[in-house]
Amino acid sequence: MNALLELNDVHVSYRQPGRGRLSAVQGVSLSLDGGRVLGLVGESGCGKSTIAKAVCGLVPVDAGTITFRGEPIRRLGLRRRDPHAMRIQMVFQNPYASLNPRRTVGRQIEDGLRVNPDQSAWTVADLLTGVELEPSWAARYPHQLSGGQRQRIAIARALAAGPDVLIGDEPIASLDASLQATIAQLMRRLALASGAGLLFISHDLSVVRVVADDVAVMSAGRIVEAGPVDRVWAQPQAEYTRRLLAAIPAVDGLGRLPGS
Amino acid sequence: MTGDGGLHIRSLRVVIGRDAGTTILHGIDLDVPRGQVTGLAGESGSGKTITGMSVMGLLPTTARASGQILFEGTDLLTLSARQLNAYRGARIAMVFQDPTASLHPMLSIGGQLTDHYRSHTGASKREAKDRAVEMLTKVQVPEPEIALHKYPHQFSGGQLQRVAIAGALMCGPSVLIADEPTTALDVTVQAELLRLLRGLCDDLGLAVLLITHDLGVMSSLADRIAVMKDGRIVELGDRYQVITAPQDPYTRSLIDALPAADGASAGGRCADGADAARLPGSEGSV
Ligand SMILES: Nc1ncnc2c1ncn2[C@@H]1O[C@H](COP(=O)(O)OP(=O)(O)OP(=O)(O)O)[C@@H](O)[C@H]1O
Ligand SMILES: Nc1ncnc2c1ncn2[C@@H]1O[C@H](COP(=O)(O)OP(=O)(O)OP(=O)(O)O)[C@@H](O)[C@H]1O
Ligand SMILES: [Mg+2]
Ligand SMILES: [Mg+2]
Repeated sequence: MNALLELNDVHVSYRQPGRGRLSAVQGVSLSLDGGRVLGLVGESGCGKSTIAKAVCGLVPVDAGTITFRGEPIRRLGLRRRDPHAMRIQMVFQNPYASLNPRRTVGRQIEDGLRVNPDQSAWTVADLLTGVELEPSWAARYPHQLSGGQRQRIAIARALAAGPDVLIGDEPIASLDASLQATIAQLMRRLALASGAGLLFISHDLSVVRVVADDVAVMSAGRIVEAGPVDRVWAQPQAEYTRRLLAAIPAVDGLGRLPGS
Repeated sequence: MTGDGGLHIRSLRVVIGRDAGTTILHGIDLDVPRGQVTGLAGESGSGKTITGMSVMGLLPTTARASGQILFEGTDLLTLSARQLNAYRGARIAMVFQDPTASLHPMLSIGGQLTDHYRSHTGASKREAKDRAVEMLTKVQVPEPEIALHKYPHQFSGGQLQRVAIAGALMCGPSVLIADEPTTALDVTVQAELLRLLRGLCDDLGLAVLLITHDLGVMSSLADRIAVMKDGRIVELGDRYQVITAPQDPYTRSLIDALPAADGASAGGRCADGADAARLPGSEGSV
């Protein structure tokens, strides 16, 4: 049987001003099954968002294949997103980019609910409560929200659609520790309850560790280590993963800069 | 005291909305002294960004602010938009929570950094470009010379955050308000940026207001920490005291949400439906 989502030796590059092309993703293979959470971690600029965009058909793939339920993902054209593509939902790294500034957050969550195959799954109020906002917030516009509130609305909107694959690109980066836990857990629970797969992107291994079953560690466009998240956390094999763990600042109140 | 180049916020009250509106800040008092990093933590929606925006004079049009924001003896709240422009981005700069907020999508990074710098300093094109390369290098943007020719959408999330920090530091401000400046940065780059900010405080006497939800960042960099809840400052003290002996329940809950000291080895993943309060914002390990 095919995996829900499969990336096979994927390469993506971008045009660079005056300097040819930049290889952002260089031969990445990943596989995500339904009912699983795969974490993708790595340094800033290593190609995480590029992979997410490629899966959504937002950037062209130079080589390799990406398949969803065994069928290749097509580059999104000017046509409306085909229904197939609606089964993959993404929470963008910048929540300002995910949301329509001219529609209330309630309307935007309703838009998501409308494409959910299980029409009885959720209401707007359920989802708002799930992300720890009052149901009355449905009447607000995105610009009337704080950064963390906006991030939570983007998550509620993506969950509303009941996707088969949910991609969260740094979806909880601007929340505090206890809210991160609540929201990460919500994403995991809702995705898994419907048999969906969750691809959870973060630069922070300590966040991924809590939400993911497996993790892939990326550096400079390549996967340098992959495996069950507990193993990677406790016994990192790659030198890069070890460095990533060593630079996490300690909360000891001593004012020490990490890595010195 | 008020002429020391730092920032002194007194009884700052902000109401947003028509008619009676909603009170977002209920009278904030906060000093952001020279040469120090003043940390501002607090729940999502507690008013951290609005505090920063008040200093910058960038509140929504339906907002009204009262109280005082003193900078070198001047109350910024009394200034006209034009008077404020002389300070904004030059003497007082802000790194916005949304890194795209300070950047025009259709203009190259080089153009944006240098135009702004030249209009505030009168520097030549050459000098401005050198300065931009210097700042981009300092914040660890890869290949700064190429970066000057790129547009905002051609950077990764974390790279754009660093470009925004470079932009805020271009004019050598006396006060820097940094609103969640490292959320998109991996820990290695983050460590370098924390070091840079520390250096600017120690060497040049920069006054930093650091807004962050990340206690690891707070613990490494802040000298003093203020904690907000529902538009009020509920805790204020030295870094060590706030982190090791928090008085306010919200602060305590944040500290308690961190894993125990041996947390590095334990598997912390939340079982579905089970208690997940162990997710660390950042934690001490290795
Ligand atoms: N549209 C683009 N044009 C040119 N280069 C790009 C473009 N988008 C991304 N890049 C470059 O491709 C590389 C990978 O970017 P990507 O956004 O995938 O990184 P990331 O791992 O998500 O990083 P971050 O954690 O900082 O968000 C970076 O060097 C970035 O500068
Ligand atoms: N334009 C606006 N109109 C009405 N309410 C607003 C507006 N902007 C912000 N608010 C509200 O003011 C409160 C404080 O917002 P602020 O952005 O300062 O929060 P914050 O502490 O920065 O939170 P976060 O950590 O999520 O970024 C929030 O409840 C927010 O919803
Ligand atoms: Mg990214
Ligand atoms: Mg904010």
